[in-house]
Parts: sequence; C-alpha cells; structure tokens
Amino acid sequence: MQVSSNLRGNTLYIKLVGELDEYTAGYTRHQMDRAFDSMGYKQIVLDLSELKFMDSTGIGVLIGRYKRVKQENKQIYISNPNTQIEKIFVMSGLYEIMPKIS
Amino acid sequence: MNYNEMTVKFKAISANESFARVCIAAFLSEYNPTIDEIGDIKTAISEAVTNCVVHAYPKGVIGDVEMYVQVNNGEVYISITDNGVGIEDIEQAKQPFYTTKPNSERSGMGFTVMEGFMDTLAIMSTPNKGVKVEMTKKLGEDSKVSFGG
Repeated sequence: MQVSSNLRGNTLYIKLVGELDEYTAGYTRHQMDRAFDSMGYKQIVLDLSELKFMDSTGIGVLIGRYKRVKQENKQIYISNPNTQIEKIFVMSGLYEIMPKIS
Repeated sequence: MNYNEMTVKFKAISANESFARVCIAAFLSEYNPTIDEIGDIKTAISEAVTNCVVHAYPKGVIGDVEMYVQVNNGEVYISITDNGVGIEDIEQAKQPFYTTKPNSERSGMGFTVMEGFMDTLAIMSTPNKGVKVEMTKKLGEDSKVSFGG
C-alpha cells in the first residue's frame, strides 16, 4: 500500500495505490492523517485510480477520516474508483458524505 | 471439469486476507469467471476472513481459518470456518452499520457486502465453537442485485 499526497492550490490530493484491507488499514489511516496535517488547503481529493482492492474495512477508514476533517469544515471528494470499489461505496452510502468527482 | 473442490487452512491474521483473495481467484480462473464475478467473490472472501481476524478469537490467540471452495456446474460454494467465540446475535450482526467495535472505525458492513455481492449467504454460529459462513454464486449470470441503477 502506498499513500502519496500533493498540495495544489487549495486542494490536497491524496493518492492510494495498492489494496486497502485490514492488513493495510492502520498504515493507510496513519499516512492519510499525516497528509491532513498539511497547511492551507480547503478540500481533499482522494485519487483511487490505482487502488486495486478495497473491502468494508476501507469504508471504516474513510468514514474515520471524514469525521476528522469535518471538524475543520473540509470536504473530501472521491475520484476514479474501480467498479468493485464503486459498488461498495454505493452500497454503504459513502457518496452521501464524500461526493464523487470526475 | 464440472466438479472441483479445495480446502485451505491458514492463520487468522490480516496478512492472510490478500492470500485468501489471490488463492480463490487462482482456483476459479479455470472456470472463466468475469472480472466482475471474481471481484465480487474476492470482496466477499475478504469480508469473511476479516471477521475471523478481527472478531473470532480473543486477544492474544491466533486461531485458524478454513476456506473451502467447491465448483459444481458453474455454481461456486464457499465456506469460511473459524473455531472462535461465535456470534451472539446473528440477526443483529447482519444489520448494516452494526458493529461490536464502534470505537475502532469499523463500518459494520461486512455481512451486508457479502450478502450483496454473492447470491446466497448463510451464517451458523455455536458459542465458543466458532462460526461457519456459507456463500454461493452462480458464474455466467448477470448480477441479480443492481447497485444504484
């Protein structure tokens, strides 16, 4: 699992590469929280174009991150999930709190 | 070949989740599943094994998980069995967003995902003996569940 971040303008781009499950959840959570410590951004875009797999453990991680940034009035957007991950997002209603952008 | 089966036993540790996914995908590749079908099955397997890793065994105990897969004329039957503490209330455990570990950032969606991605799901539990999760999916059919239209 790789987590990289890139601040452009007022948007923090976070890219997840690999597979997000129970094994990688702790690391992913920690790396995302570190990226959130960056300064001067107003919104976050989660680039999932290279996330090959995610199960409901990943939903737990994302909801946890949502709760964290919501306190600072920041919005997280989802970009480019694969079909399988998209199904879990729709099933869990995640898009209601993290809208999908193209 | 119309009939095939396998049993794999491994430790209930999270590192084995990706092993279980790769293992079942390799086993089923002979039966030409679609990318969606194999994705659904891998996700369901991952959920069932996660339950064994997170919930089945008391802290400090590293128990076993047994994965049995059978293919019979295009129908895949999977059982995931542990010898752990069992589930107290199965109906409650199946409720979307229900979790016994609300402070651990858990979604409570495991059984909901298994139910949504497979054709059938059955859960059997015996207190302090363990849990057996049985799932089936017919290959070569369009998904019976539609997701968000």
